[in-house]
Amino acid sequence: MVSRLDGKLGWKLGLGCLAAGMSLSQIAAAAELRIGFIAPMTGIFAQVGKDMSNGFEMYLDEVGGSFAGAKVTFIVEDSEGKPPVAVRKAEKLIRQDNVQLFIGGLLASTGYALAPVSTRLKTAYLPSVAAADDLTQRDADKYPYVVRTGWTSSQPNHPFGEWACEQGYKRIVAIGADYAFGYEVVGGFQKAFEDCGGKIIQKIWPPLGTKDFGPYIPTMKKDADAIFSLMVGPMSLQFPKQLANAGIKKPVLGGGTSYDEFVLPAMGDEVIGHVSALQYSAALETPKNAAFVKKYREKYGKVPSYYSESNYTTAQMIHEVMKQTKGQWPGTEKFVAMLAKVKLDAVRGPVTLDDMRNPVHNIYIKKIEKKKMFGYDKDELWNTVIKTYPNVSQFWKYGKTEFLKQPVYSREFPPCKYCE
Amino acid sequence: MNNRRGVMIVIGALLALLIVTPYASSYVIVLITYALVYSILAMSLDILLGYTGLPSLGQAAYLGMGAYLTAILATQYDFGLGWDFWVVLVLGILVGAATAAFFGLFAIRATGVYFLMITLALGQCVWGLAYRWNSLTGGDNGINLPPRPQFGINLANDVTYFYIVFGCFAVSLLTLYILVKSPFGRSLEGIREREPRMRILGYNTWLHKYIAFVIAGGYGGLAGVLWAHLSGLVSPSDVLLTTSVDALLMVVLGGAGTLVGGVIGAALIVFLRDYLSTMVTWWLYVLGGVYILTILYLPGGLMGLLERIRRRRALSASPEKAEKLKSVVH
Repeated sequence: MVSRLDGKLGWKLGLGCLAAGMSLSQIAAAAELRIGFIAPMTGIFAQVGKDMSNGFEMYLDEVGGSFAGAKVTFIVEDSEGKPPVAVRKAEKLIRQDNVQLFIGGLLASTGYALAPVSTRLKTAYLPSVAAADDLTQRDADKYPYVVRTGWTSSQPNHPFGEWACEQGYKRIVAIGADYAFGYEVVGGFQKAFEDCGGKIIQKIWPPLGTKDFGPYIPTMKKDADAIFSLMVGPMSLQFPKQLANAGIKKPVLGGGTSYDEFVLPAMGDEVIGHVSALQYSAALETPKNAAFVKKYREKYGKVPSYYSESNYTTAQMIHEVMKQTKGQWPGTEKFVAMLAKVKLDAVRGPVTLDDMRNPVHNIYIKKIEKKKMFGYDKDELWNTVIKTYPNVSQFWKYGKTEFLKQPVYSREFPPCKYCE
Repeated sequence: MNNRRGVMIVIGALLALLIVTPYASSYVIVLITYALVYSILAMSLDILLGYTGLPSLGQAAYLGMGAYLTAILATQYDFGLGWDFWVVLVLGILVGAATAAFFGLFAIRATGVYFLMITLALGQCVWGLAYRWNSLTGGDNGINLPPRPQFGINLANDVTYFYIVFGCFAVSLLTLYILVKSPFGRSLEGIREREPRMRILGYNTWLHKYIAFVIAGGYGGLAGVLWAHLSGLVSPSDVLLTTSVDALLMVVLGGAGTLVGGVIGAALIVFLRDYLSTMVTWWLYVLGGVYILTILYLPGGLMGLLERIRRRRALSASPEKAEKLKSVVH
């Protein structure tokens, strides 16, 4: 009885709703651009979420709140750092607020959760931070409305692995947060490092959010040349401190989030000399970045992190598209196609997108130094760029088809051949 | 007679919901569907908490089992995406009940705080499996489901899916109502009030509690299947302690031992959390305030409020009676 009823009624009503929704969004399109933004605003990642939205809002303020004549309505929703909540909030943004596109998601798992929503509800999704590899690799076909404006987790770590070889490191211990992002960062590093002759001799996976590394640090092999760490959020602060307390003085390399500017100002001098790799450093010595850092710092009282830069650049990229359409919303499919063609001289450096809609940009190898920069009068920790790998794609030197043949980096891949 | 009036009010409210929902905005339809799925979970918990007096903190485990079963069958075996959706629904109930049958062997021995701790630990075991068994559950990423089943009717349509969930909800409410009114349900209440006396009367109280536990697990599994297709994502954070706590709060907020209380609690919490949160940033304070006020002033939950109003009305309607009551007090 129920199923017979819904067959007819549901179909008609659904169509009615769809029609109403479509006409609504078309009316909205002429006058304004509605952008949804999903980031953790409560919970342990709340501060990162704030950095993210600050970046976008700063650009919006700079252009007076409109992109080429389209007034931007910017709606921030709190994901609480949980993928299912992010999905519910995306549904709300699309259904209730009629947004034309949505941005954000912090954790890799959130990225994997949000992409199917974009497909299901046919709305553009721009992961500006969520770096889950497969969104723009093996699963890219499933998500035709996803354009990544941030990075893939393994992208900076391929060149970083090669760099580690050049330094003469032979045996490295890897310790990384136990979730998708951790596997992909460590995996990328391991792949490139072992391809040029290095050996990862041990992999340790503390859970995401670990504060006490007491059980892990003593198990690290004593005869390694260096340590590769991948920490996220509050973990980043604890690990180097506890490493120093344990008296370990080996060189430390880190995935980008281990030492990015979100945690750097709160770190102690024990991190001086640690090296990490990412597509952005606040210490990048270009006029564009100097202006960005000064302005951001004046406005929000802190040095911008890559979370801020990525969202600032995302706003800039959307603006580029809207300039071409003279403020008219071109429709989801056309928007995605146009965004994928944007070439930008961004704060992080030149950015283009590859044919799987992921940025090709510079990767910076950064060493932490204590110094004065940009005319600030205090000695502070900065991620000084010591080497630039220009225009790095997510496939590094492996080539797209060759790279996509291997499975996505995980706990099991690449296998730990040299583990002792 | 009063009882019949209550039933009529519930039926009326459900009919109204059935008629009004399709005209709501599409986001509200999704939220109502979420509230209904949560209601099934809350009602299943109410059988334990409200009727048997067993405060379980592991109800999310059964939801998780049902949800992961649905997701794994759909993604790895392409099963449950056509008419066999109904089969998955039954399998979900069975897997929830089976898990509860296993957990019950450990949990039912204990009572009170110890029962709470054991169910919490068992619930977290399921979370641990979901988080760690990468090859099967996708670990922290969870599993994204393919589009909802199609078999003549298209469940991808939110209104249609609402009807399906509503149907499951109505059947759950009805069967659980019959259950609690049955002699078996009465014996559960007896166990809640005074277990030793029931034992002396010749009831096998362990078995009664065990059966109640298994039944609650089955309904939890049902909620899980519906949850998986509703959200489109099954993630370890669905199985986390917070979901169990949410279910517990829903029951307590609405009024334990009333069945309908869980539904009211579910509706209230879902709307406060997912609707109010989109309007104001201080929604957490509202939610916290509601919890505290309920516990301080309405130990019987929101249903207790209705009860209290009704009693006061009855008193004012017959002043002599009130007078009499007063004199008894003095």
